Amino acid sequence: MNESGGRPVDRRGFIRDSAVGAAAFTAPGKMMTERTEEAEVHDAHGHEHGHGHGHGHDHEHDHQDVPSDIALRVRALESVLIEKEMVDPAALDEIVDNFENRIGPQNGARVVARAWVDPDFRDRLLADGTSAVGELDYLGGQGEHMKVVANTDTVHNLIVCTLCSCYPWPTLGLPPVWYKSSAYRARAVIEPREVLREFGLDLSGDVEVRVWDSTAEIRYLVLPQRPPGTEDMTEEELAELVTRDSMIGTARVTPPPGGGA
Amino acid sequence: MNTIHDMGGMDGFGPVGPEENEPVFHHRWEGRVFALTRAVGRWGRGRNWPGFRFTLESIPPEEYLRMSYYERWFHMVASRLLGSGLVTEAELETGYADSGASPPEVLPASRSGSLGFGLLDLDVPARFRAGDRVRARNLHPRGHTRQPRYVRGRVGAVVEDYGVYALQDSDAAGQQPADQPQHVYSVCFEARELWGDRAAAGDSVYVDLWEEYLEPA
Repeated sequence: MNESGGRPVDRRGFIRDSAVGAAAFTAPGKMMTERTEEAEVHDAHGHEHGHGHGHGHDHEHDHQDVPSDIALRVRALESVLIEKEMVDPAALDEIVDNFENRIGPQNGARVVARAWVDPDFRDRLLADGTSAVGELDYLGGQGEHMKVVANTDTVHNLIVCTLCSCYPWPTLGLPPVWYKSSAYRARAVIEPREVLREFGLDLSGDVEVRVWDSTAEIRYLVLPQRPPGTEDMTEEELAELVTRDSMIGTARVTPPPGGGA
Repeated sequence: MNTIHDMGGMDGFGPVGPEENEPVFHHRWEGRVFALTRAVGRWGRGRNWPGFRFTLESIPPEEYLRMSYYERWFHMVASRLLGSGLVTEAELETGYADSGASPPEVLPASRSGSLGFGLLDLDVPARFRAGDRVRARNLHPRGHTRQPRYVRGRVGAVVEDYGVYALQDSDAAGQQPADQPQHVYSVCFEARELWGDRAAAGDSVYVDLWEEYLEPA
């Protein structure tokens, strides 16, 4: 299948051999042998490749001593799509930039802080999450329809997507690896208390645990409890306290060091 | 389809293992795969791409577990492009577009079937309402479904009617042959109804279920 075994491999050949694996992804039974062969190619040629920038035909890869096969396969696909004018590289950069720098749990934190300081907003948020989150302009792809569930002294909510990775992107950004992991997806519904203990939350027996499995198009956000000692903090200061995990339900919001104001 | 992606309730995967100060993407290629998947969407119009969840779920379970999350996404986007002839295996091998090929065209949406993912402003009667006891039907389709295995045959209570959405289930080829708008309900299952004595009394699992997944209990 892979020709690399019996001949010298130049840079082009290296890229090509690595990209063969992309096709192998569509025939998964072949993948392990492909990968083994690629690893040998990597060992022999890992340091010979360019370090230029930009897109197009140079096929630069990440600044790693040994680029991974998947990195090269992705680069090959991107190069082809750009050359065929099927994607705009600037648009790709913008998508990555948005999710690395603009769309993240800081957005959800503002929703939570608003709910803590504005009881009317809190009521609207819990009654119609989509409309209230929309007031702060945090609706969008993978967060068009929102349901917000409130933690109390007697109820603790936990969000999961057992089937894949559904998560409210506009308010929380892209999910962390653990949220998408087999362990979390498998265990959150059957043993949420054990999972929460691993996150450092030991819930007493009189707290009811409600797990929300995001199986349809509604996305969930937990409204955590406002910690004590924060009565004099502003909405902006409160937002700084709110963590991603507290809005998934795997953490509480902790008071600021020194007990707040 | 009854395969590995439907993980709820499985044992053996070990601890969850969160990472401190986790970056959005751990490698540059992950961000590129994510962006490519978003950016190529318009090329699927008129080409009957199988649903992205169907494509991910069709990865054989051994491979599914071996791949990282964004490796699965790469498989998904590459197989869609290959499957509709927008990219050839030779192009993926070389990283160069085939100079003899004519440039691809954006097609008009030909699939009259798709109502999309969002809430629909359609007047569809609701079979259930909040408070109703319902049983999740014992369904085992070969295509994509959003009814997780762990609720099948179990009884819960409707707590909210979320409105009308198009059923996202597919056939065994990943296609939705017809529009099936129907109500989606939040259904509360007592944890012990699902997991017996292993669960704590009083705990519950809320699952969003399309109407046809349910029958009166």
